[in-house]
Amino acid sequence: MKLKLFLVAIVTLGFQMDAFAEWIQFRGASGQSASQTQGDLPTEWDTESNTNVAWRADLPGRGPSGPIVVDGRVIVCSSSGHDQSRLHVLCFDEASGDLRWHRQFWATGRTMTHPSSANAAPTPTTDGEAIYAFFSSNDLICLDLDGNLRWFRGLAYDFPKAGNDIGMSSSPVVADNTVVVQVENQGDSFVTAVDAETGETRWQTSRPESANWSSPLITQNSAGKSLVLLKSGEGLDAYDLHSGVRRWSYQADAGGIPSVAARPGEVLLPADGLTVLEIPSDGVTPQVRWSSNRLNPGPASPIVGNDEVYALNRAGVLTCASLEDGKVKWQLRLGGTFWATPVLAGDHIFCINDAGTAYVVKTGEKGEILAKNEIGQGVQGSPAVSGDGLFVRTDGALWKFSSAN
Amino acid sequence: MVRIPDFKLAAFFAALSVCGLAGTQLWAESAGELQHNLDLIQQVGKEGQGHTAAVQALKMVGQSGPQELPAILASMKDDNPLADNWVRGAVDAIAERALASGTPLPLVELEAFIADHGHSPRSRRLAFEWLAKADESLSQSWIPKLLNDPSLELRREAVDDQLKKAAAAKEASNTEEAIRRFRTALNFARNVDQIDAATAPLRELGEEVDLPAHFGFITEWNLIGPFDNTDKSGFDHAFPPESKISLDATLVGKEGEVGWEVASTQDQYGLLDLNAALGKHKGSVAYAYTEFYSDQDRPVDLRLGCINANKIWLNGKLLTANHVYHAGRGIDQYVGKGQLEQGKNFILLKICQNEQEQSWAQDWGFQLRVCDDLGTAVHSTE
Repeated sequence: MKLKLFLVAIVTLGFQMDAFAEWIQFRGASGQSASQTQGDLPTEWDTESNTNVAWRADLPGRGPSGPIVVDGRVIVCSSSGHDQSRLHVLCFDEASGDLRWHRQFWATGRTMTHPSSANAAPTPTTDGEAIYAFFSSNDLICLDLDGNLRWFRGLAYDFPKAGNDIGMSSSPVVADNTVVVQVENQGDSFVTAVDAETGETRWQTSRPESANWSSPLITQNSAGKSLVLLKSGEGLDAYDLHSGVRRWSYQADAGGIPSVAARPGEVLLPADGLTVLEIPSDGVTPQVRWSSNRLNPGPASPIVGNDEVYALNRAGVLTCASLEDGKVKWQLRLGGTFWATPVLAGDHIFCINDAGTAYVVKTGEKGEILAKNEIGQGVQGSPAVSGDGLFVRTDGALWKFSSAN
Repeated sequence: MVRIPDFKLAAFFAALSVCGLAGTQLWAESAGELQHNLDLIQQVGKEGQGHTAAVQALKMVGQSGPQELPAILASMKDDNPLADNWVRGAVDAIAERALASGTPLPLVELEAFIADHGHSPRSRRLAFEWLAKADESLSQSWIPKLLNDPSLELRREAVDDQLKKAAAAKEASNTEEAIRRFRTALNFARNVDQIDAATAPLRELGEEVDLPAHFGFITEWNLIGPFDNTDKSGFDHAFPPESKISLDATLVGKEGEVGWEVASTQDQYGLLDLNAALGKHKGSVAYAYTEFYSDQDRPVDLRLGCINANKIWLNGKLLTANHVYHAGRGIDQYVGKGQLEQGKNFILLKICQNEQEQSWAQDWGFQLRVCDDLGTAVHSTE
């Protein structure tokens, strides 16, 4: 319970605490894909000689899903089988990499995806007491930290036409005992909030019927109300976390892959390049603080930290700009195609392309590539940072890179 | 030798008897409680129905010992996949905890469970998985017996075993055995990957494989179109073929009069390209029609692969409707469950193309097969 309260505090009370946070959801507790500490994260590693490789654990199946870290455990999802219908949730010991438990389920919704994706695309989340794993097949699973199933929802039973045969990837979020999933495609499209204890629906509402892979984010307005931010191709909507009432909207041509980031009072929306909105009062349209088409995220979501914002575009160009006004400070051309959102740890950014090449970039007045490490396996999931480790999920394994010991 | 007084022996046996009765009663209460909790789990449904009671019931079931696994597995009936997953969560936790603590699983009972086809395919598969984790060699001895199993997941194990043995025979230039085993694998395979894995080496070895027939693809169709689907308006508009089929009729289409024409495909997976058959028409609807004969009334799957919006009717009954454009195509992508009638049956498809201009949004076509719920081809009897 103490852990849960601590994590809830991290999510709902501030964005400054993530130095102490574990990596509890897609892009970390704050959704900024940033950790203020660099700790023992290595700048260089070698998977052949195991230099700075703390451990590696083989995984069943496939999945662009990223790992999360909670209470000394690393959780990762996978899907296997000729039709990706077998769902896996695995728990590894954070320090040793030993498998603590492994749970499997049968998908109840559509499992077809593009060959480059998999049913296990969304990253799980946790409130410190339970893990909430979501899959492209719209199966939502709640397990306690020891792997005991609490409940299972097959949202395809509620919304039979929900599904995208390219694959879905929106990751769930949880706060205030409420789990939120966003499902948008050409069929049934909706956002559903379920009771974290029982899995029962608290509220749900329709969403635009077009393909969307971005993930929700929970933030707060100036009155301290928790809001769920949902981006679609039509813009951004903010819903009250507890009631599901839409508080405000912002119209924009926002595309469908990168997700929003937030910091106190502001939302960073990947639209028209990148647009920074002031979080308004209820019923008020947000004001634009600044917008820059030079910051155009590709599939990766924007990263926020050190009073800067970083965007990695489709061509592999990493751009750093001031959070104050969006003025570009520097750009670096990296190589390859990036699906994984990079992570910022201290003043290092870890950018891993789909071929498994990890660029370690030092931020500052001028960006600098410190190292280029080959993992040797494809990477689509965003890494996690916790304690002394960088956790990376590749096509066939989960890795912990650390310079500790 | 110490003699025990008779009255003490009598008292001892009386006490033992009481304990035994009490134990039996406790066991019965425990079994009844377990069944009650399993029944509560079976009540879970859409929108979280039954969750409040099921969450508590699952906690109780999860505390069971491994000796209860057969009873817990038996509660899986396959008619509620949601509940099956709840039960699976408990089974995995109980079995994993037992193995970690050195407590043996009831292997004899698990084997008996697997052997009983009266249990649901998923429950038998789950029993097999824990048998394999507890005693891999024991599970291996089961695999050759699973070739025609009603559980597709178990059947895959046996087909995979045949494929490996066939490949080894081929490698050893034992062509006759290789062909025999690849044929066996093909005959029992129901999933595309395993069918392909058997077909390719058979053809390399000079064998003929009729893939469309193996899958049950329909390769000859009557087509008519284009009708108008501007702004996707045609999907919900019932054009004349939806009310009456007359193969010699001339109808008003999107660009003038249209009539039915026969089209066939040589594609191994039954894919019929409407752009080639009818010409490229964006924002258009086409209908495909065929007659299918059955020697009996029977349930059937009509399984469609289609990158365009689509509908399937069997004997005038709409089986499935999918208003999705250019989001992937695959064999068995959409499954319509229907009922064949003895004699002539009518299959009608509606395939809608939208107006997207991107190069990846130009395909217009479909593949449809007729099969049972396991994927075994059902062929027209005429």
